[in-house]
Amino acid sequence: MYGGGYIQEEKQEATSPIDDAQKLAEFEARIDRGEKIEPHDWMPADYRKQLIRMIEQHAHSEVIGALPEGTWITRAPGFRRKLALIAKVQDEIGHAHLLYSAAETLGKSREQMINDLLTGKSKYSNVFNYPAKTWADVTVIGFLIDAGAIVNQVANSKGSYGPYCRALERICYEESFHLKQGHDAFITLATGTKAQHDMLQDALNRWWKPIMHFHGPPDKISEHTAKLMRWKVKMATNDDMRNQFLDMYVPKILEIGITIPDPNLKKNEATGQWEFSDPDWDEFKRVINGDGPCNAERLAVRQYVEEHGKWVRTAMMNPNQKVVIPFA
Amino acid sequence: MEAIKNLLFRMADDELIYGHRMSEWTGMGPIMEEDIAFSSMAQDKIGHALANYSILEKEFQTANPDKLAFFRKENELMNCQLVELSNHEYDFSLVRHFLFDHADFIRYEMLSTSSFAPLAQLSKKIKGELKYHVLHADTWLTRLGNATEESHARMQSALNELWNYALGIFEPSDFEAELIAEKIFDGEKVLQQKWMEKISPIIEKANLKIPSSSAPVYGGRKGYHTDQLQPLLTEMAEVISSEAEGTEW
Repeated sequence: MYGGGYIQEEKQEATSPIDDAQKLAEFEARIDRGEKIEPHDWMPADYRKQLIRMIEQHAHSEVIGALPEGTWITRAPGFRRKLALIAKVQDEIGHAHLLYSAAETLGKSREQMINDLLTGKSKYSNVFNYPAKTWADVTVIGFLIDAGAIVNQVANSKGSYGPYCRALERICYEESFHLKQGHDAFITLATGTKAQHDMLQDALNRWWKPIMHFHGPPDKISEHTAKLMRWKVKMATNDDMRNQFLDMYVPKILEIGITIPDPNLKKNEATGQWEFSDPDWDEFKRVINGDGPCNAERLAVRQYVEEHGKWVRTAMMNPNQKVVIPFA
Repeated sequence: MEAIKNLLFRMADDELIYGHRMSEWTGMGPIMEEDIAFSSMAQDKIGHALANYSILEKEFQTANPDKLAFFRKENELMNCQLVELSNHEYDFSLVRHFLFDHADFIRYEMLSTSSFAPLAQLSKKIKGELKYHVLHADTWLTRLGNATEESHARMQSALNELWNYALGIFEPSDFEAELIAEKIFDGEKVLQQKWMEKISPIIEKANLKIPSSSAPVYGGRKGYHTDQLQPLLTEMAEVISSEAEGTEW
């Protein structure tokens, strides 16, 4: 999925290394010509840093995103849903694997990235700090969160860093199947029994705010991203991505008799922009900084997994090691 | 007729319950590669369960696969107890995977020449998939049995704990003689012998020892289960049983 819309941006440090002006000009000219930057090419220190941050957060989002859905694999109703859900969550972990590998080409190891996730230094998509309470939540995630992520990922796959773009192309291909299974499950509940319909409506009511948060704060209050866009690290603004998402998916929600819990949501036909109520950006900030309903639980699960898997990783460190078993 | 049905139920229930346990590793593996491997095998197992239930439905007019998997009572399930045990840690899950999948692979290999054509046909396909499950198990068992003092001790301890349950895979049915006579299946006894021949050298290569005393844990094939199965079944049916049977999900 998931590689969320919103990537936490690091504050510019005063001590950012100064890059060679001529090399920088050549680098920017390559980007302007639409060339891809490859791992061994020269790149500005800040480009490297921002890309690591972005790809790493995307990878973490896949790993953490597998948790709320993963807990429903064992409860999925029927063979068809069960098989689809395992395959989907497995894909997400596979995406994390691809993305960590892409980030490693920039010089940060998987272990370092996972450590930074566990200590809270590195973020992941905010939506996964909300709980998946019912089966309907899984269908809302599978349909709408995946849809939101695709908007973002398709844009970023046209970016400038080769390994990330190639990973994203493959990810988007798989995501398009996730979206189909999510949409199918969503329609089945919407058009099913009254209890199923109500369960779905309730889930959408709870998820609407996180969905509106998904692509990040409005451009007017978000941090300056001109340089990232110039370097094709970021390919579209938060508002543009959100608008594109609403354009594509609001009609699909409404056409099957589900309502959206925002009376002010409407498209301004003159500007082409969607208008909506304030989705509480203060809550967004609180949750991203650790104070959401599931932040602690998500990290605790990852911590548990890391601790309990440590002996396996230790055993794999040296392939030639052979333990000697003493005689009785 | 009853003999084939019984065989199919045993196999389908093994795959269903074991697939469920394997799927619990999704998102929880000790390294990402293992996480992916276990979910991938879980999909195969659950797919095998579906295929076996589908033969039951098509050839013997039983209920449909969803009903067979999600709505039967605990004492109607014929899986061996080995597959229903909770996952515990990775050591336990890995050794179970090794013990069960070797038996599973040989079983389907034997069944690929069965006189019951639908099963022979299915088995040819399934054994091709199980080849990779067995390769995966062998690689990890050999590595972890040999690597560190801790990994070795964990593997041996899991093997000791699981051995008698593994022997329970081969609990004979009331239909052994009939299955053999009709050339449907050569029987659990032959399967067990082949299994022992196959796994013994791998266990040795993994620097591990087969427990010297053995007492097979039987009962699963007759519907007697550990207290770890019912919670699994309750969880599996939680959503689907919240609406009337046959409701679309």
